[in-house]
Amino acid sequence: MTAVYAGPVQRLIDELGRLPGVGPKSAQRIAFYILKLAPEDARRLAGSIVEVKEKISWCRRCFNIAEGELCQFCQDERRDRTVLCVVEEPRDIVAVERTQEFRGSYHVLQGTISPIEGIGPDQLRIKELLTRVRDDGVTEVILATNPNTDGEVTAMYLARALSESGTKVTRIASGLPVGGDLEYADEVTLGRAFEGRRTLDP
Amino acid sequence: MPGLYRDHGVVLRTIKLGEADRIVSFMTQGNGKVRAVAKGIRKSGSRFGARLEPTCHVMIQCYRGRELDVVTQVETVEAHRTLREDYNSFTHAVTMLEAVDQVAQEREPAPALYRMLTGALRTLDTTPSPVITPGFYWKLLSLEGYHPHLDGCVRCGAEEGPFVAFDLAEGGVLCPTCGRLGGRRIAPEALTFLSRLVGGELHLAMAEPPDPLHLLEVERLGIAALEHHSERRIRSANLL
Repeated sequence: MTAVYAGPVQRLIDELGRLPGVGPKSAQRIAFYILKLAPEDARRLAGSIVEVKEKISWCRRCFNIAEGELCQFCQDERRDRTVLCVVEEPRDIVAVERTQEFRGSYHVLQGTISPIEGIGPDQLRIKELLTRVRDDGVTEVILATNPNTDGEVTAMYLARALSESGTKVTRIASGLPVGGDLEYADEVTLGRAFEGRRTLDP
Repeated sequence: MPGLYRDHGVVLRTIKLGEADRIVSFMTQGNGKVRAVAKGIRKSGSRFGARLEPTCHVMIQCYRGRELDVVTQVETVEAHRTLREDYNSFTHAVTMLEAVDQVAQEREPAPALYRMLTGALRTLDTTPSPVITPGFYWKLLSLEGYHPHLDGCVRCGAEEGPFVAFDLAEGGVLCPTCGRLGGRRIAPEALTFLSRLVGGELHLAMAEPPDPLHLLEVERLGIAALEHHSERRIRSANLL
């Protein structure tokens, strides 16, 4: 399609159209919204995009997003360095933090092994994890990848890769969601819930 | 009810869609390859749960859409749990799924292909053997009309062995003279194994599997042949 709008507007539409989930029509709508914005609002938006790219990078130790060399969790001295929780994405850390159950440190893989997408162990931060476990005196590695196919494959791979290190490797439990309905539980989930059942103390 | 249909199918792959949905590809018994949206499947309280993960054999009820159907109900037929909890079996299963995904046509019934896939997955789940996947590739090629020619040289027609190479474009073996001009080298033991696979002796081959090297040779050749004919890469094969 030939450009119908003046140069800068068309450039803005093209750039917006590259965002995930934004098609050409939505890009056009957002671009016109920005055109109508007050200059200071538009400058603030542009400024925050520039700022996030300049200030935020990957944490040197755990590959979470970080403002500076280390992320907030790696800087925190009160956190237990000997227990590592392995997650897929920085967003998963937020989910684990909300539980307030975990006081150890994290390691972000930045993806999962996905045979279907052709993503192998080498494209993830697995080598760094193995070095960390070997050098930092880690006593337990908790594998908290998603309980879907790719996450399970990654957990199986990590368990195998970590078996030589002698460190205790655990996998987060799967089972019925609290507030769920037994009738609608699928066989695999319900099966695992039965496997992982526990004694109730009266 | 118009628009609603039921079918058996195997989940080939899933793609994330929007916030909490996924597009799921099925190889079905009566409707060929079907792509359908499973709404809300990524939420932890989803009623589909773990039923729509790759390799699952399920019974589905879908609402027919213009391009994508919508999954309304799912029941598990075979969950293949053992297979999913073993790294080796699972990566092998995924290459089979990917091969089927490339070969199958959308909404063109292919019951033979469906039967072959469910059979192969079931065997890989209950009695894993390294012979299953290569066997599946070559049977898939035969089913698609690329049955390999192993009884004589495909270029000059020489019927006497030994044959030393395999020509992907011609789909058959080459004699030493023609083999000099091209084709992939292949060991005679690997060829014997291949002829057992395509000659309906898969069970015998499973009982006494050949040397791992020759097995790998036949497996790699099968992948190369599939890639040659479908003109697409089988990406998951890199992880084997």
